[in-house]
Amino acid sequence: MKKTNSVKGQRSLIQRIALAPYSVWALLFIVVPLIFIAYYAFTDLDYHFTTENITRFFTTTSLVADGEGTREVRTYVLIFLRSLKLAVISTAICLLMAYPFAFLLTKAKPRTQSILITLIMIPMWMNFLIRTYAWMTILQDTGILNGLLGMLHLGKVHIIGTESAVVIGMVYDYLPYMILPLYSIMAKMDERLIEAAYDLGCNGAGVFRRVIWPLSLPGVLSGIEMVLIPSISTFYISQKLGNGKFYLIGDAIEGQYVANNLHFAAAIAFVLMIVLLIGMAFLQRAANKRVAA
Amino acid sequence: MKKIVELKNVTKAFDGEVVLDHIDLDIYDNEFLTLLGPSGCGKTTTLRIIGGFETADEGDVIFMGERINDMPPHKRNVNTVFQRYALFPHLNVFENVAFSLREKKVPKAEINERVTEMLHLVALSGFEKRSVASLSGGQQQRVAIARALVNHPKLLLLDEPLAALDLKLRKDMQKELKNIQKATGITFIFVTHDQEEALSMSDTVVVMSEGRIQQIGTPIDIYNEPTNAFVADFIGESNILDGVMLADYKVRFAGHIFNCVDAGFEPKEPVDVVVRPEDVDIVPEEKGMLKGVVTAVTFLGVHYEIIVDIGGFKWMIQTTDFVDVNEHIGLSIDPDAIHIMKKSKYSGMFGDYSSFSDEMDEIGEIDGEELAEAESETAE
Amino acid sequence: MKPIAKFYTALLMIFLFAPIAILLVFSFNEAKSLSVFSGFSLHWYQELLRDSETIDAVKNTLILAVSASLISTVMGTAAAVGIYRLRNRYLRSTLETVTNIPMINPDIITGISLMLMFVFVGRLFGAHTSLNFGTMLISHVTFCLPYVILQVLPKLQQMDQALPEAAMDLGCTPLKAFIKVEIPEIAPGILTGLIMAFTLSLDDFVISYFTSGTTFQTLPIRIYNMTKKTVTPKMYALATLIFFVILALLIITNLMGANNAQNVQDSKRPKARKGSLPAA
Repeated sequence: MKKTNSVKGQRSLIQRIALAPYSVWALLFIVVPLIFIAYYAFTDLDYHFTTENITRFFTTTSLVADGEGTREVRTYVLIFLRSLKLAVISTAICLLMAYPFAFLLTKAKPRTQSILITLIMIPMWMNFLIRTYAWMTILQDTGILNGLLGMLHLGKVHIIGTESAVVIGMVYDYLPYMILPLYSIMAKMDERLIEAAYDLGCNGAGVFRRVIWPLSLPGVLSGIEMVLIPSISTFYISQKLGNGKFYLIGDAIEGQYVANNLHFAAAIAFVLMIVLLIGMAFLQRAANKRVAA
Repeated sequence: MKKIVELKNVTKAFDGEVVLDHIDLDIYDNEFLTLLGPSGCGKTTTLRIIGGFETADEGDVIFMGERINDMPPHKRNVNTVFQRYALFPHLNVFENVAFSLREKKVPKAEINERVTEMLHLVALSGFEKRSVASLSGGQQQRVAIARALVNHPKLLLLDEPLAALDLKLRKDMQKELKNIQKATGITFIFVTHDQEEALSMSDTVVVMSEGRIQQIGTPIDIYNEPTNAFVADFIGESNILDGVMLADYKVRFAGHIFNCVDAGFEPKEPVDVVVRPEDVDIVPEEKGMLKGVVTAVTFLGVHYEIIVDIGGFKWMIQTTDFVDVNEHIGLSIDPDAIHIMKKSKYSGMFGDYSSFSDEMDEIGEIDGEELAEAESETAE
Repeated sequence: MKPIAKFYTALLMIFLFAPIAILLVFSFNEAKSLSVFSGFSLHWYQELLRDSETIDAVKNTLILAVSASLISTVMGTAAAVGIYRLRNRYLRSTLETVTNIPMINPDIITGISLMLMFVFVGRLFGAHTSLNFGTMLISHVTFCLPYVILQVLPKLQQMDQALPEAAMDLGCTPLKAFIKVEIPEIAPGILTGLIMAFTLSLDDFVISYFTSGTTFQTLPIRIYNMTKKTVTPKMYALATLIFFVILALLIITNLMGANNAQNVQDSKRPKARKGSLPAA
């Protein structure tokens, strides 16, 4: 590569010109902004170093009422744990709903498969605010669900403003994100492997446990990530379907942003980011181990 | 004869690993030259250096008297038939062949004429509008040849062009390639790891191993007079034995003194002795120069291939006479069937058939090839 | 399919489409009620067309999506070509990791991080508000880029490496070989990347929410603002229109050919496809 005259030289010149804008862009608008989260999280209003924002996240307390009276809780830790709980429940429900569906889908005729996949993607094209809002009108006390139940003389249910409503919203919004990676990995699965497993003496359950499930794990993993991450960080679903009673970590960040407490918003985002990073690494490692085993 | 390409002292390393080690090679006008060797021997790298896709670290590449080390491929009057053809999938047959003419802004009428002529040459007239993906392997191969020849290069480089074809098609294409070369008078440099292919097509064979040229010669020379154990083993089947040159025309190996036709060695010089399996005669045990026990017999149609244990060394012998396993037989070898070679670093590595399995060799070869490719890709 | 499979599929489809069907039906409701259908009317559609704020938001959204998708497609394609040719392993894996960040990170983090930087830089230059169309465009290009790269890079990797060499062998300069041979080879990936970037930009709410400021309102932000107050079926009319536009697009692309339909489908393959940037 001493002379640009050579092919390698010319090609590497093209490569450098092609890569330069993106490298600069990625540095300025992907890497540097993340540094700003840390910077804001660890500074006060005058941009002096402080750990107060982080401390505040872990120590702020408030009083909540339960059956016997009021008790003091750590506000943001509680919000965080609640986010985690609802996101995990939603992800689990999505997985339970999507896994058999994706598997059945691979058994259908190719034409049916492509129609159903298109159908699944139509809701994804609709804005998620609208989708969420539609559920609000369904689940309201005076909404369509209760209207239907009333017509059938089944009494009324109170769902809106409960954790269940939030979970329903999350499952609805993110279910396609679970189905698609599962389907695409199962569609690629070699039918002969399953036949080979039967041939080698596995029964149906054995084939599932020892062949289908391990082979579908990468799809399961990416499905989990694709549902868990948006549901743990959402701030709209909880506001609309939880009636604002179930603050999630996303609501906390958004609330601080609206209140212009940027440093504390950054601190919450920072904690969320770190926890997700650790969680994902852990999940990935667990999956790798299972695949290896 | 006119030299068309000269490689002088060419050396190339990828990531510090030497793949070409001071190569000197002259290629003459009108010649069908084959670079032959196992995967990783440097044959493809040699070709790519001539084509301009790699630059030599050291040494000179001379094309028709001009040093072209740093000349990019598009300026070289050399064209290549790539290993998996590298046909442009977005262009039809006609446009693939016309590619270089369009690049040169040749007038339309002439393009038509030349492409038509080329497709006729490779027996693909009428395929102009077909998409290349719809063609069979053999047809794709022909398009690739037509595309490379349409520009009338001085030199055509062929990188294992027949590797993807099945055996029957391969044989046909070998003949056809040879005919095209004769008809066009273009110099062909052909890379292959298939020794039969190399012997049947070439004017000159260059046997390579570990980045070095082992031997350059006509196919007959290479087969009959291999320079070392590597060449003897790689080209055809060989029994290679340790021997001692007692005097001119006298050699001792396998515990027996043989007359031979080689001379000019030091007295008592240790040598490698090559005896081709088809040059050994089976005689009754008592009349044999050597005596042994048959350990395996394989029927191959034209002849039998038998393995004979002589004092612990397993010989391979090809014969039309049937012998049975465990039979005791005698062997007789004519003086001109004995070829004496100087000792080399390859001595002792080849030529014993005790763990013989040709099939395994070939499977290993293919895997190795792909591995080597993958490695050279990452190495770039 | 077996009956049980059909039954399960039907249930799932009802779950997915019931809310959308309800939106559709109630957008034609005469009264304002969202639970009792009192009569057919196009009243809310007329209302919607009179809502200049929403119409402006639609225009803004399109302007933003077109610019963001074009910029990210050009830059992302170039980047994919560069990454593909990169032989320095350390640099390559660093770039791939960085490229993955916007896909793994929750949108809210991406949004907040960009907003913090914009605000900080804005303050440095003494601007009162630093969020505007420009900051939004930067943000949209940033989150679209990885998806474009992810579409183009595999196409490059699937391409026979000998193709550009063959073109050079036949007289093309490296640049011409790239234009005449590599670009047509990776064109499907570029197209998918473009469509993907366009739809992601159209649909984005969270990142836009944090980086938009007050002067530039896109449709998702407009919808958010509408749903903050009591909603009129006007928004249902909007949702219905969006639904039919999507349906029309899907049918058109299906008619255009299965191949393109696949591209459109791929383009809506979900966000956050972690680890899907193939290491070469």
